[in-house]
Amino acid sequence: MSRADERPGLPGADFEEAAAVARLRRVSVRKVAGRLLLNAILALVCAAWTLPTLGLLVTSFRDPDMVSRSGWWSAAKDPKGLSLDNYRTVLAGQDWSYVDSSGKTVKLRGENMLGAFGNSLAVTVPSVLIPILVAAFAAYGFAWLKFPGRKMLFVGIVALLAVPLQIALIPILRDYQKAGLNGSFLGVWLAHTGFGLPLATYLFYNYISTLPRSILESAFIDGASHYTCFTRLILPLAMPALASFAIFQFLWVWNDLLVALVFLSGGGRAMEVLTQRLLALAGTRGQDWHLLTAGAFVSMLLPLAVFFGLQKHFVRGLLAGSVKG
Amino acid sequence: MNGNKAAKPGAPGRWIARVAPALAAPILALAALWAGFALIKEGWISGGFAPAFAAVWGVAGAALLFFVANWSVERLGPKVRARALPFVFVGPAILVMAWYLAAPTVRTLALSFFDASSRGFAGLDNYAYVFSDRTMRIAFINNLAWLVFGTGFSVLSGLVIAIMADRSRFERVAKSLVFLPMAISFVGAGVIWRFVYAYRPEGDAQVGLLNALVTAAGGAPVNWIVERPWNTLFLIVIFVWLQTGFAMVVLSAAIKGVPGELLEAARIDGASELRVVRSVLIPSILPSIVTVATTTLLLTLKVFDIVYAMTNGLYGTEVLASQQYKQMFKFLHYGRGSAIAIVILVAVTPMIWYNLRQFNKREAFS
Repeated sequence: MSRADERPGLPGADFEEAAAVARLRRVSVRKVAGRLLLNAILALVCAAWTLPTLGLLVTSFRDPDMVSRSGWWSAAKDPKGLSLDNYRTVLAGQDWSYVDSSGKTVKLRGENMLGAFGNSLAVTVPSVLIPILVAAFAAYGFAWLKFPGRKMLFVGIVALLAVPLQIALIPILRDYQKAGLNGSFLGVWLAHTGFGLPLATYLFYNYISTLPRSILESAFIDGASHYTCFTRLILPLAMPALASFAIFQFLWVWNDLLVALVFLSGGGRAMEVLTQRLLALAGTRGQDWHLLTAGAFVSMLLPLAVFFGLQKHFVRGLLAGSVKG
Repeated sequence: MNGNKAAKPGAPGRWIARVAPALAAPILALAALWAGFALIKEGWISGGFAPAFAAVWGVAGAALLFFVANWSVERLGPKVRARALPFVFVGPAILVMAWYLAAPTVRTLALSFFDASSRGFAGLDNYAYVFSDRTMRIAFINNLAWLVFGTGFSVLSGLVIAIMADRSRFERVAKSLVFLPMAISFVGAGVIWRFVYAYRPEGDAQVGLLNALVTAAGGAPVNWIVERPWNTLFLIVIFVWLQTGFAMVVLSAAIKGVPGELLEAARIDGASELRVVRSVLIPSILPSIVTVATTTLLLTLKVFDIVYAMTNGLYGTEVLASQQYKQMFKFLHYGRGSAIAIVILVAVTPMIWYNLRQFNKREAFS
């Protein structure tokens, strides 16, 4: 176009200009079409990723008869068939009864998901907090205390980062059987602590060792001990690293099946966590989709809440944990 | 810090007064914690309150042990303190890791040379079994399929979605939706996908999404998780559905780090958008792609929950980790279970070696 501007009087300039405009328009039409296509494909991908979960959610509210008679996508035709009854059945522990629409009293056995929810909490909270505590102490020790074998030990921790936990199942199970730890919360906490510690120590060391040394020195001048310095100064400062690991470990432990199956099964049905309970439900009620979907959703509730509530930290935590074996 | 000096010969009484509590305190603390454990274990505290009590007891117990250990060491005078304090800090972590990860590698290796009950020496019998048994061969082949397709599809779809999202105005929403399954457990995902794959005989109403689509298109319903060898692929789809979010987030961050001028220069040279992506964008984020691929690959080597929850290894879907679990709990064969664990460990050794090399290269540890 600039060429055409330079030679305004020459014949053909108008034509050239028009051609350039047409070319530009063609490019922009193609651009818009391309963008539309891109967004359409992206929307399709999102649908493919979301529909399975949506189907679960919708089915969990539907009437058992409806669930077996039609697909969940037709639930909108009959919004009256939606209720919380399925949740009542899966959450309840004992038999419970209700009066149905024809006035009959129906008795049902609950699936005790609520009890499993409590067990999952009892397993997860200490399995997240204990490794954080132990690893934070260790990271402080490695970063700021001098002792023989310091480097060797830390190299050992790095080597353990990718060791698969399968390696530990049989020896630890035998130790537990001897010590009476099999089927106890303590046994599962210690196992999750052991399997999570290399990652936690490694992450916290990387963070704590970069904090400025001057903070520490001024604290020592004021007469603080290493312990006070750690609990009062370093722990609060290391919060971002602790939080990242906490989210990763929370998801890991909450969603874990293998460790619970191996070390908690000895405790019987009363100690089952959500993943175990859901698995048992799938075994005994494999075709009762209304209960299975409600149970699955109960097990996903807390992780999804964390996902939506703390999305940024959630992603950061998962990325930090990706080196774990 | 209590003004303690090394014990003087003339004051044994004072020395004892100082040392005795320092030794007694940890013992008392341990005893108290053990009593709490016994209370829970023997069912003295039961009902809905028990899990909450146990959780508080566990966390408070761990904190108490650190507090008491430090208090004791502080009392023992500056010389002992300087020596012992580092071990108050790193000791518990080292002990737990030694017990739960370091020692088990050696112990599992030893067990893999013994028979089912770990009493009689079995030589290489367990390894002979692992590499010759028919079911194990299926497990190896399936694990290879998991490794290739699970990793390949996760990274590929993560990459494609990351590139597309980068060029879309709905980037945030799209990325959130694809990342969401990362919050779901493998067992939960198993239930979600069992429902997608649900099969009813021809003529019945199909409640599973996939068979509904198939029958709507005029086809006959398929029992997806029974059809070998494709059923392993259908299980892998679940893994890909869960893991793509991870690949997408890492690669998306890498894409944002590629300087815009680089892409613009290629565009001005007349390269098509596809060409820009292939010859400029992908080469510049290659290191991130490799990182994501190795991480995902490690996961596929240890995949257990999906198989266990979906088919329990039936219909020829067995993998290494599910075989190990079966050898442990169904056949009670600790020798074979250990041998399979060693095979998994050997498969991840390159990663361990790589981690160590990266660590040495950084020389962050002085």
